Amino acid sequence: MALLDIRNLTVAFDTSVGLFKAVDGIDVSVDAREVLAIVGESGSGKSVAMLAVMGLLPASATVTADKMEFEGKNLMAMTAQQKRRIIGKDIAMIFQEPVASLNPCFTIGFQIEEVLSRHMGLNGRAARDRAIELLQLVGIKDGADRLGAFPHQMSGGQCQRVMIAMAIACSPKLLIADEPTTALDVTIQKQILDLLVKLQADTGMGLIMITHDMGVVAETADRVIVQYKGHKMEEADVLTLFENPASNYTRALLSALPENAVGDRLPTVADYNFAHDLGAGQ
Amino acid sequence: MLRYILHRLALVIPTLIGITICSFGFVRLIPGDPILALSGERGVSAERYAALVTKYGFDKPIWEQYFRYIGQVLQGDFGDSLATHRPVISEFLKLFPATVELAVFALIFAIVLGVPAGIFAAVKRGSWLDQGLMGTALVGYSMPIFWWGLLLIIFFSGYLGWTPVSGRIGLQFFLKPVTGFMLIDSLLAGNFDAFVSALRHLILPTIVLGTIPLAVIARQTRSAMLEVMGEDYVRTARAKGLSGNRVIGLHALRNALIPVVTTIGLQIGVLMGGAILTETIFSWPGIGRWLVDSIYKRDYAVVQNGLLIVAVIVMVVNLLVDLLYAFINPRIRVQSS
Amino acid sequence: MTTVGNAAETRKPVSGLREFWHYFSQNRGAVLGLIVLSIMVLIALFAPVLAPHAPELQYRDALLRPPVWQEGGSWTYVLGTDAVGRDMLSRLMYGARFSLIIGAVVVVLALLGGITLGLIAGYFRGWVDVVIMRVMDIILAFPSLLLALVLVAVLGPGLVNAMLAIALVLQPHFARLVRAAVMAEHSRDYVTSAKLAGASHIRLMLVTILPNCLAPLIVQATLSFSSAILEAAALGFLGLGAQPPTPEWGTMLATAREFITRAPWVVTFPGLAILITVLAINLMGDGLRDALDPKLKRS
Repeated sequence: MALLDIRNLTVAFDTSVGLFKAVDGIDVSVDAREVLAIVGESGSGKSVAMLAVMGLLPASATVTADKMEFEGKNLMAMTAQQKRRIIGKDIAMIFQEPVASLNPCFTIGFQIEEVLSRHMGLNGRAARDRAIELLQLVGIKDGADRLGAFPHQMSGGQCQRVMIAMAIACSPKLLIADEPTTALDVTIQKQILDLLVKLQADTGMGLIMITHDMGVVAETADRVIVQYKGHKMEEADVLTLFENPASNYTRALLSALPENAVGDRLPTVADYNFAHDLGAGQ
Repeated sequence: MLRYILHRLALVIPTLIGITICSFGFVRLIPGDPILALSGERGVSAERYAALVTKYGFDKPIWEQYFRYIGQVLQGDFGDSLATHRPVISEFLKLFPATVELAVFALIFAIVLGVPAGIFAAVKRGSWLDQGLMGTALVGYSMPIFWWGLLLIIFFSGYLGWTPVSGRIGLQFFLKPVTGFMLIDSLLAGNFDAFVSALRHLILPTIVLGTIPLAVIARQTRSAMLEVMGEDYVRTARAKGLSGNRVIGLHALRNALIPVVTTIGLQIGVLMGGAILTETIFSWPGIGRWLVDSIYKRDYAVVQNGLLIVAVIVMVVNLLVDLLYAFINPRIRVQSS
Repeated sequence: MTTVGNAAETRKPVSGLREFWHYFSQNRGAVLGLIVLSIMVLIALFAPVLAPHAPELQYRDALLRPPVWQEGGSWTYVLGTDAVGRDMLSRLMYGARFSLIIGAVVVVLALLGGITLGLIAGYFRGWVDVVIMRVMDIILAFPSLLLALVLVAVLGPGLVNAMLAIALVLQPHFARLVRAAVMAEHSRDYVTSAKLAGASHIRLMLVTILPNCLAPLIVQATLSFSSAILEAAALGFLGLGAQPPTPEWGTMLATAREFITRAPWVVTFPGLAILITVLAINLMGDGLRDALDPKLKRS
């Protein structure tokens, strides 16, 4: 049974210039122990789909799907309270801007212990010890000192490690990482990616990696979904995708990589004709 | 944090000096002879005039007069009121607690009602509740508060007879002024009826004085909450599976309160101005009414120094609010490493 | 599954003045405010024609008559009469002239002073900036009504002095605003290129930079307009603004105070007039701010 099973997901936003479909009828499924990468340009709707699963979209969004199940349980039929018992515990998410994603008024110790208190019932000494343990796991050695620090006192890389610590605090079955390294320095990017891959391998959780960087896809993913303007263009395992892409759009993305450059001009996505591929990946 | 405090203090000094220059120059700007204005005497003989000139130091150069003035002020000597012939400072201290008591109640009224109203309006953005609350707030600060006070008197005191019309306490009570605060003094004297009477007398003036701050605080809270609710860290709080109440009431509100504290600080000045009108309507024996009466009576010693004292108090309170702001904002309180 | 339209259904956004009106008119309160204010302006303009009586005429036989809907009222004096027999409706209509003119004059004075000081401070910086801003801080350190009171005490009571005092008190808000906007715009490329093309200081300030600071200025101007009306009414109420028998709404309230139990209409209507006018302006101001501030535009 798939960990996460989504069929025909559509997300429409109510805007002042009409109804806008950010996600248009896509299927996504992830198994335990699997790393799925969702790759696409900005505006392809890759984040929106996962935010819909987590229930983090604003009220102006309408989410519809034939099926949205986690571990066989229908997410769409749950009450808000039931969903809140799963979100943050069994499904966790980390975001693109780590410093902005942490509350500036509370210490990171408070924010980590909050998750432990809410889902695991840990308080006081026990929570504190577990928090230090989690910080160790994500590579922050002097955890005990760090607990009293505020987010603005830490670097982007450190903040992202804290976010990851909060996310894995309750041993989630599925971790969704929305462009976790985009806002970080190149050297830190590698560290964070390695950390995520290691945690995934150690715990056996499912990992959805949302990114626009084909390099990240190559490094981390088992399977890949390529998205464009809310449509799924292609889905394949990572080796097949890179060696023998089925969709023209994927071909376009791959040839836009500097390492694939031929000649003195880098081709753009616009050079390729893939209109007929829209929705072909279903 | 220390740097912030020192920076704020550094800004205050020139403003304080400027205020003293204004109040020093005030008497010399009014039409007519400043010496006669300060002494309140008319038709004086030439010798008396010369004596007055020496007494007030007008024979000295202007900067010497200024330093003399500053020296007196720093020693607490603000001259004598022309109406009562008693020192301005003692008149002030007698009347100040009444204004403070009223202002404190008005501010509490404004915060206790305004902040929750702003939060509800933000959470239920666009709903009837939001529009109703904000519409009411808009009416609240579009009203002339002296008219609002008169209306409340007509309705609650005149028509319903629920509240008294004027004063701080029923005429039948005489309390020894220990602190100057009626509520405290009545409790200290063990007179419960007096306490209730003082409370009843506070109701309408509190509502009237607190209406504008209430409206402004409600609107500011709403807009601060809306801004905060769109931030990434609120999304993270939701992603952690926290309850809606905790996300809004703790994660969002704690951040939204920071700009709201600044707004509350700004309302201190508004309260002082509003006190003038409120005290006039309710015959409340505070410094607002005292200042207005002094202007009518041309009691320039009071006007000159009353202005100075009020401005200094407003500045000090603003400074304290700024310090509070620095304390509750971790980005200022704790330096980045 | 719900059927929703696709991206092709989205409309093309409008531009310029029409865009402004599009956003402004979405705010029903703002449009209502505009209508009410226009009615007030019309009443003020045509008061001599619209008012049933002359505002200063005292009818000795009709003292403190109630409004037409109460016992003892009549259609001759629709909103009743005051303590010396003057028709309330006519006085209110003429009062609209005073309030609107006060608001306009004060805002124009405060704008002129504030823009000048703000431009100089923001453009030249250095000690000029420091001096001007400290003076502004000093003015802002005093509670506004108190300062206006003291200024009027110095200058003498009267409507003109009241307007000058209020303009002085409101002016620092404009100066600060303009200074902040000028400092922000000063480093922008279009200013640098104008400077390189040889534009003089004055030209740079007035022609190049100032038009780009208009949006917050307009919003502040509406706010100050309503503040001015309220402060002038307060001064009038305290007897230090417009002097009786001028039919200024605040002044009317001063003389009406002793009649709050006997003749509540003498108190209610002038204040109501102030409330309606200020509320209309504030509603418009909200609408203007939402329409002019791009950040708040909902996408």
